[in-house]
Amino acid sequence: MNSLIRSTAAELAAKIASREVSAVEVAQAHLDRIAEVDGAVNAFLHVDTEGALDAARKVDDDIAAGVQVGPLAGVPVALKDVLTTEGVPTTVGSKILEGWVPPYDATVTRRLKEAGVVILGKTNMDEFAMGSSTENSAYGPTRNPWDLDRIPGGSGGGSAAALAAFEAPLSIGTDTGGSIRQPGAVTGTVGVKPTYGGVSRYGLVAFSSSLDQAGPCARTVLDAALLHEVIAGYDPMDSTSIDAPVPPVVAAAREGANGDLSGVRVGVVTQFSGEGYQPGVLRSFEAAVAQLKQLGAEVVEVSCPSFDYALPAYYLIAPSEASSNLARFDAMRYGIRVGDDGTRSAEEVMSLTREAGFGPEVKRRIMIGTYALSSGYYDAYYGSAQKVRTLISRDFEAAFATVDVLVSPTTPTTAFPIGERTDDPIAMYKADLCTIPANLAGNAAMSVPSGLSDDDGLPVGLQIMAPALQDHRMYRVAAAYEVARDAALGATVISGVPQLAGASR
Amino acid sequence: MTSVHELMDYAEVIERFDPVLGLEVHVELHTNTKMFCGCANVFGGEPNTQVCPVCLGMPGALPAVNGKAVESAIRIGLALNCEIAEWCRFARKNYFYPDMPKNFQTSQYDEPIAFNGFLDVTLDDGSLFRVEIERAHMEEDTGKSLHVGGSDGRIHGAEHSLLDYNRAGVPLIEIVTKPITGTGERAPEVARAYVTALRDLLKALDVSDVRMDQGSLRCDANVSLMAKDATEFGTRTETKNVNSLRSVERAVRFEMTRQAAVLAAGGTVTQETRHFDESTGSTSSGRTKETAEDYRYFPEPDLVPIAPSREWVEELRGTLPELPWERRKRVQQEWSLTDAELRDLVNAGAVDLVTATVEAGATPAEARSWWVAYLTKEANNRGVELAELTITPAQIARVIALVNAGELTNKLAREVVSVVLETGDEPEAVVEARGLKVVSDDSVLERAVDEALAAQPDVAAKIRDGKVAAAGAIVGAVMKATKGQADAKRVRELVIARCS
Repeated sequence: MNSLIRSTAAELAAKIASREVSAVEVAQAHLDRIAEVDGAVNAFLHVDTEGALDAARKVDDDIAAGVQVGPLAGVPVALKDVLTTEGVPTTVGSKILEGWVPPYDATVTRRLKEAGVVILGKTNMDEFAMGSSTENSAYGPTRNPWDLDRIPGGSGGGSAAALAAFEAPLSIGTDTGGSIRQPGAVTGTVGVKPTYGGVSRYGLVAFSSSLDQAGPCARTVLDAALLHEVIAGYDPMDSTSIDAPVPPVVAAAREGANGDLSGVRVGVVTQFSGEGYQPGVLRSFEAAVAQLKQLGAEVVEVSCPSFDYALPAYYLIAPSEASSNLARFDAMRYGIRVGDDGTRSAEEVMSLTREAGFGPEVKRRIMIGTYALSSGYYDAYYGSAQKVRTLISRDFEAAFATVDVLVSPTTPTTAFPIGERTDDPIAMYKADLCTIPANLAGNAAMSVPSGLSDDDGLPVGLQIMAPALQDHRMYRVAAAYEVARDAALGATVISGVPQLAGASR
Repeated sequence: MTSVHELMDYAEVIERFDPVLGLEVHVELHTNTKMFCGCANVFGGEPNTQVCPVCLGMPGALPAVNGKAVESAIRIGLALNCEIAEWCRFARKNYFYPDMPKNFQTSQYDEPIAFNGFLDVTLDDGSLFRVEIERAHMEEDTGKSLHVGGSDGRIHGAEHSLLDYNRAGVPLIEIVTKPITGTGERAPEVARAYVTALRDLLKALDVSDVRMDQGSLRCDANVSLMAKDATEFGTRTETKNVNSLRSVERAVRFEMTRQAAVLAAGGTVTQETRHFDESTGSTSSGRTKETAEDYRYFPEPDLVPIAPSREWVEELRGTLPELPWERRKRVQQEWSLTDAELRDLVNAGAVDLVTATVEAGATPAEARSWWVAYLTKEANNRGVELAELTITPAQIARVIALVNAGELTNKLAREVVSVVLETGDEPEAVVEARGLKVVSDDSVLERAVDEALAAQPDVAAKIRDGKVAAAGAIVGAVMKATKGQADAKRVRELVIARCS
């Protein structure tokens, strides 16, 4: 296997900057890998070969001309198909936007381009980011490189699988209830949901505006931090973005790599264990906590009683906002149009288009959300859910008064087989049990691999949560843990990914 | 709609019912840019040229509040004697319509920026009527639909529709009154006077073009009737498309007479939206909804709350201009105008222009006679507002000065002004170029007098015989020969001197 595709982003950046290897060679190596394995994985919805090579050439030219380039210049990235890209199709995994070519770049896209990061293409996802398995994509499921018959998590299964399949060293995800962290956990990769408002949402096709947050995905903590600093920062185009300096996450990752966590207080959330948790996942988590102690961290148990209500509150707030956010897909201005044969009214065309364009999970959430916001039901559903949200924020505040970070398993189980939960929405929703509270409160959270479950040999994720704008705290803990874990295993977790056959399935 | 309405005689309406009004006025702010994006906010551009991903509601696009619009909203609230919210939010009003890009309107719901105010309006007889203001809130305008192929431009019967999103996202302030009671027969007049006062106020605040004909000021009139002995309000109708001050008055009056006839016949008024027809002065039923629309309002998660500091609010209070009615009172006193003179001045929309002309050196009487008498007629002939004429108060003041210096006669002055109105040239240049100046050179005039006397020897003889009255014929001839550019009084003196 070409060593370029197994390199970290930090290594690639250094080699490109020193002209040991060209950005074009790096891009081509990844494009070749995509051509070789993506038939089996289906991580990409669109590969922008020309755009990627052009961008790489530009970086090589700049470096040759002595122009100062950014810390990730020339490194390829895979972009979740929920972020707009000027001139490159953006579907959000939905039929309704099939063929839509946005006239503008998302702020995240623009920042990547400005930093010389090479965008390889757009990754598969659950339609409108609604799902935990990527099975809700209108363009077929993505498969988990650890076991092609299993799900890669969701909604950002494409971004996580692309990393685990060595199709890209970096990717961008978005996390509304766990869509970065849960795929990271089940693919043995790192996924970070920054503080809400830390990364601009401008150009992120909205699922639930008050919860959506874009973030970095990578195979190492340092790579995630490097990507984090490229995409983060205040953006006047997004009113909810925070006008404050970007937390120093790269410095924190480097500091953490020294392997010393003395003085750091770690809280174990007692709500996230017990029934419904796979024993192998809990054992992996306990081992991780033990390692944190060995690194010098002080570990205590913390109770966050309102977290028990996070899942139901989430499934009222997110669909409510979605029902309104998705109203714009009406066939009038963009996307597919169905039934416009000259005999039907605009209202009928809207209705037929939405019937044909949206998948069943999207329709389910639009209906739930429409109901929850209806006059007479608003207070009982949306109103109550917002109260729960406040209580969850208070639980976090109380917890962070005594500890620096909170930890839990990222998701209750390892990757489940494709098709297992498609007929049971509640079982599917439970994959996000541990990740949702951080979205509701808006604080930072990430998943870092904690090795393989001893009962099925599949990757497990350790979730680390930090207060808003304290993203660097969790990077420090994650980087320290990563070093200790690899030392104990004698190898990286990701090195255990099976070789992928080139044959498409 | 062609249905014929039964109407009750107005006097009888008043005898049997008390009208209750509620007026909702939408004002388009004339900020440079739209409410939530950087697109130009200009009326009348080519369709779909003032649009961007935000105001087209493209997937992923987000709004960002126009600070200038918030400032205007607060100033309007203060001028309407409202309280200004310390903290308020935008909300989404959800409904599907093709000219609304996001299929929700970003508006304010239960947390308006301004609330609990009042506006004292002057009625035709000079008395004051207080209209209580419920709220003033911020929202965005929708695009425009053009229905093609139907007989009347409405959606019913149209073959297809065209959409123009230039207006989508233009900042709007909606000003809502509390129920207006106690007007009796003056309800239509109060409605007109209120909208007039509001228009003048908004103009003085310089926040909007307030052009009802262009839709930058739009009024929806809610009207209901209650029987004299009733204790609760009756069912109301909401009349839209009321596009002039006169229409406000007519629409209210029509609805009163229509509803009274319905009630008197034992029927019930349907709560509905009605459409005002300018040509017939009547209202017709709009789309009747089988069920009440549920807008599913909820706080807009894409925008952070607005929390104007008290310091800022007080700073904005300091920017409020002299209010139009206070100014009128002051002008009336300073210029010693009768009530009728003041009304003519106000009705002509000439207060600002006359003030500016006086500031440029004319007397109030001179300035008024130009603007109210002469130029108002010119504006009417051209179909424009007085202020839109291509002549400035400073130019009028200079023309007046030329007359006072004897360099122009009144007749010549009007000629100069009409050329200025056509060409936009400076009055002095017009006088020069067209040779319109009074002929004050005696030698030129004497030659003309001699020629006239020679042409009419019999008249000349009469004058020499002492019949001075005959001099008029010679003066007339001289005026004609000099194309009116001579001072007739001086000509007469010369004629008599020549004949003595």
